[in-house]
Amino acid sequence: MSNMTDHSAESPALEAWRMFRRNIPALFGVAILALIIVLTLYGQLFYDGDAFDVVWAPHEGPGVTPEFPLGTDYLGRDIVAGLLTGGGPTLAVGGAAALITMIIGISMGALAGYYGGWVDNLLMRVTEFFQVLPALLFAMVLVTLFSPSLWTIAIAIGVVSWPQTARLTRAEFLKIKELEYVTAARAIGARNSRIIWKVILPNAMPPLIVSATLTIGVAILFEAGLSFLGLGDPNVMSWGLMIGANREYILDAWWPVTFPGLAIFFTVFAVSLIGDGLNDAFNPKLRER
Amino acid sequence: MGMSFLLRRLSYGLLLMLGVVVLNFFLIRLAPGDPAVVIAGDMGGATEEILESIREEYGLNKPVLTQLWIYISGVAQGDLGDSFFFNQPVAKLIGERISPTILLVITAQLLSIMLGVVLGVLAARKPNGVMSAFVSVFSTIGYAVPVFWTGIMLIILFASTFPVFPVEGMQSIKLRNAGFFTQALDIAHHLVLPAFTLAIIYLAQYARLSRASMLEVLSSDYIRTARAKGASEGTVLFKHALRNAALPILTVAGLQFGNLISGALLVETVFNWPGMGRLAFDSILRRDYPTIMGVLFFASMMVVVANLITDISYRWADPRLRGRT
Repeated sequence: MSNMTDHSAESPALEAWRMFRRNIPALFGVAILALIIVLTLYGQLFYDGDAFDVVWAPHEGPGVTPEFPLGTDYLGRDIVAGLLTGGGPTLAVGGAAALITMIIGISMGALAGYYGGWVDNLLMRVTEFFQVLPALLFAMVLVTLFSPSLWTIAIAIGVVSWPQTARLTRAEFLKIKELEYVTAARAIGARNSRIIWKVILPNAMPPLIVSATLTIGVAILFEAGLSFLGLGDPNVMSWGLMIGANREYILDAWWPVTFPGLAIFFTVFAVSLIGDGLNDAFNPKLRER
Repeated sequence: MGMSFLLRRLSYGLLLMLGVVVLNFFLIRLAPGDPAVVIAGDMGGATEEILESIREEYGLNKPVLTQLWIYISGVAQGDLGDSFFFNQPVAKLIGERISPTILLVITAQLLSIMLGVVLGVLAARKPNGVMSAFVSVFSTIGYAVPVFWTGIMLIILFASTFPVFPVEGMQSIKLRNAGFFTQALDIAHHLVLPAFTLAIIYLAQYARLSRASMLEVLSSDYIRTARAKGASEGTVLFKHALRNAALPILTVAGLQFGNLISGALLVETVFNWPGMGRLAFDSILRRDYPTIMGVLFFASMMVVVANLITDISYRWADPRLRGRT
């Protein structure tokens, strides 16, 4: 308690960082995610092998041959090589899709919350419409119609995921636009666009950052689901594709599906630990929950 | 419950469905290539004769607005076009597969809400107890596991190690002609693993949500009053607290329904459950667009209906809302 007075004048961001730094599960999440990112970016420098190459007998168990520590899949492809290359697209699509989700969601929510009236009415009806479409199915349709590539997949995921972000942004804007500093900004003649992006948005960021983190997790699961169904880019190895390709043989060999699944799980788990940590850091009062 | 409220919600639902139809219409036309070829599906290589009949049926040579009108009035009469792969009307194809999906989705929804609420309520009794820790760990894990992978892991586990539950399909072939009760039991037996797989994610969320919501309610004045009156712990928890904590759960249950259908799509594919999701997956591999669009239409309709039911039960659960329209 004693150092609370010492930091009373520091910025909210610094205070949040101080809280986050003490959150063991969140730091654990950062460590796992950092490890996964480093392995997918640089793993191939230390580990030879192409994920698509048939290098050994099919369905060799993990630990049987030292060269292939996690075994081989139904075609005799190296699982470790698949895990190292397959993380890249999953993370890239997850990140890009989360970015697209946030851009659409924040723009829609900010305009609706700030202007209110018919703008709000119209944009919220559009949001409700998109919430009616089952997201994965709609994404499947988009990817099939416009041929799968990493970009179409990221855009498809973004197009189906933004409504929740829009609702959250709108709620924050409705709350913040009534505050005195917004009235003050208006009084000194700031234009609407300036008030929206420079005055209100920065103050609405904390819950949006938490939501963005969780969106990354959801987007990764989405990408994995699409690739599992065989709707990903067929020329790019990904964790979901590894599971989907080996699905027929699960009763003969458990390892080709188990390890990529664990990789997806740990990635999303790490992201959600970070999200929870950020949430606690931005809302110290809610920590007890 | 006011009639005008119901009417308004119903017509809004219809408007949303009209939106889905218009979206379907434009999606087909936005796709690269000749819409007639897109509709025919590019698996078999449609003959010029088939393409001409599609152009005729959909009025593809007429102005876009006329085409839209032809399409909308067709859907209004239950005509969602024909699947050129199955050589059958799409509405019929989906009609045969919609009940397994509804069965799976509703079972999973009930399972996750009931188990989730029980877990959450138990956890809320001791905010720092073992149960609370379990709920928060479990909900983080539940959020992070890909649903199709859970299904596969359960199949591996139950197919060889503990062969208690069937891991594929909805009915045993040898029981197809058995009595109603035997068949129902057989379907229920097949339903266990898919429903549980689908329920796990949402179970975790409901547990976490009902714990938070119960904690808030339990610290309120009327709970202290109920306790002071000498009401038993069970009455306080389940009669006074849960009824008030139920509103956020209901809201989320309604909002989650679309995600549940998305999850069902993957679960049906993993367990070979003969529902709409499986049909959508097969149709996408065959590029059978009329069927895919039909599934999108029906799946959206299920969400609209679920939202309607949520709205109505919300008013039932919260008497304060009943006066409003």
